[in-house]
Amino acid sequence: MISFTLTEEQRALRELAREFAQKEIAPRAAELDREGRHPAEIIQKAWEIGLMNLTVPEAYGGGGLGVFEECLVAEEFAAACAGVTTTVMANSLALTPIVLAGTHEQKEAFLSPFCAAPNLASFCLTEPQAGSDVAGMRTTYRREGDEYVINGTKQWITNAGESALYVVFATKDPQLRHKGISAFIVPADTPGLSFGKKEDKMGHRASTTRSVIFDEVRVPAFNRLGEEGDGWMIAMRTLDKSRPGIAAMAVGIARAALQASLEYSQQRAQFGQPIANFQAIQFMLADMAIGVETARYQTWRAAWLVDQGKYSRYASSIAKCYATDVAMRVTTDAVQVFGGYGYSKEYPVEKYMRDAKLMQIYEGTNQIQRLVIARALLKGEADGT
Amino acid sequence: MNIIIPMKRVPDTAIQVNVKDGRVALEEVETWVINPYDEYAIEEALRLIERLGEGKITIVTIGPEAAQETIRKALAMGAHEAYHLLDDAFEHLDALGRARVLAAAIEKIGEYDLIWPGFKGVDYDEGQTGVMLAEFLGLPHVSTAITVEEIEDGHAVAKIEAEGGYQHVRVPLPAVITQTQGPNEPRYPTLRGIMGAKKKPLTVWNADDLGLDPDELEPVVELLHVERPPARKAGRILEGEPAEVARELVRILHEEAKVI
Repeated sequence: MISFTLTEEQRALRELAREFAQKEIAPRAAELDREGRHPAEIIQKAWEIGLMNLTVPEAYGGGGLGVFEECLVAEEFAAACAGVTTTVMANSLALTPIVLAGTHEQKEAFLSPFCAAPNLASFCLTEPQAGSDVAGMRTTYRREGDEYVINGTKQWITNAGESALYVVFATKDPQLRHKGISAFIVPADTPGLSFGKKEDKMGHRASTTRSVIFDEVRVPAFNRLGEEGDGWMIAMRTLDKSRPGIAAMAVGIARAALQASLEYSQQRAQFGQPIANFQAIQFMLADMAIGVETARYQTWRAAWLVDQGKYSRYASSIAKCYATDVAMRVTTDAVQVFGGYGYSKEYPVEKYMRDAKLMQIYEGTNQIQRLVIARALLKGEADGT
Repeated sequence: MNIIIPMKRVPDTAIQVNVKDGRVALEEVETWVINPYDEYAIEEALRLIERLGEGKITIVTIGPEAAQETIRKALAMGAHEAYHLLDDAFEHLDALGRARVLAAAIEKIGEYDLIWPGFKGVDYDEGQTGVMLAEFLGLPHVSTAITVEEIEDGHAVAKIEAEGGYQHVRVPLPAVITQTQGPNEPRYPTLRGIMGAKKKPLTVWNADDLGLDPDELEPVVELLHVERPPARKAGRILEGEPAEVARELVRILHEEAKVI
């Protein structure tokens, strides 16, 4: 049976996230964006009330919740500031490989101390020459006794330089493509680990993005996740779980843009009346609402599938692709509703538009999502989900 | 240290309520919150028991079924136990009726040192329930405290903001102390608090349980009707050269407004 009724705890969690986002994040969003500043004080507070690391099991100090609950929080946070949300959600992306593939000993060694402080983590997959072509990675590892030695460069890494833990994907031999990839946990204080300059980005400016450079970085064999060669599978399973959260963020950005347009169009008068009286504006508002509502439902469904342990790749790729395309369209229309004022940084909608653009690019471009969706269709995987 | 906080559920202060047919359209309100002054009381009470190293906070709320969600929030913030006073007869109480119901519930709970409600509800701004409650319970009463500073020798010392300074007031316990805006922002409930709130005891009592006769609860004070202030006429903006505008302004003030 179908039910869209949230439990009492889910409603309370959403209310807490909304209150926190509107009181602690939204008032600082414009300044963090302008200055491109890392929101350390927000991370500290979010951690104190338990809004970080939601999907890490309680036994290791996390929230013990599902992807669905994480989506509720991500939408609320992103409606306040996408950049801050990216900083928070990067933890989930980086820790999921440990949750999925780590042993109990690894989880106790890495997750428990991590969750006991307001720490950040980074997921290191993308490289300068390997974006959509993940298997084309050139960061290598070799085994020396009880250690692995990692060399190479990762690009566009969220929280790089701020993180306590780096989850790194490297290959034994680039010729092996996806079969050669393994995953490793690299603590921030490991010798040989360094960072590139902070990227000056179009949006999500409150999140820190740098390259991560590995120069003869040595980690104990204990830090390897799964078996050698499991890296590709670990990365793909992680992305399957993270896509609904990205979709939820896009819903949050779009919702904020719709809300701003709704308020502005009722205040702004032209030709002697509020512009909301004009059908041209009403149609834009209606199309925005259609997008926000339908994107949220697909997001919730994908999150639900993930939490049920059911096959979710098809649904979560649709959610990510659709919700982020909706966010781009809705935020662009919001700037249109605001007219000249929308193009000015005095109003929040141009930021929504800049923030929305990244959603179509990161964690698998929407072109890759469409490939995933099409492959699932052609293989018949989409049936019955 | 047993603290009882009579807590009211009120429409979200961030939204504007509608007035229809001479009454507030409460049925249209979607978001309800803890009365802000009660929330300050919860925060100060939590801090007090943290300082004392012991104590228990009990929430008592009159309200419909849906008030349970607001009660759970107080439990998620850290209150230990709650009583939900739920009965059709409690739906249209005036302040006297509310005080009567709360007093009956508090007497039934039995163990208390400090009754600590907000000094008024932000819905109707009456500010009467706390005082009446003290009268019904036969307790001393201190109003509009910003916090309770200490507990010593069976007394509480309340801090009250006064014109240009503070008063420190000592009162024997048990007592009723009403809370105004406190020095500390009420805390957020934590995730752990939210997940644990459902496991905390929440008892529902109706008029029968409290031995109350619904006839006794009939409002004494009748709210005749509610109205918005008349809409102000739009102002006039004078345009033109400064000298010209000034001349026109003087003319209007003299000839039309007749104030100069």
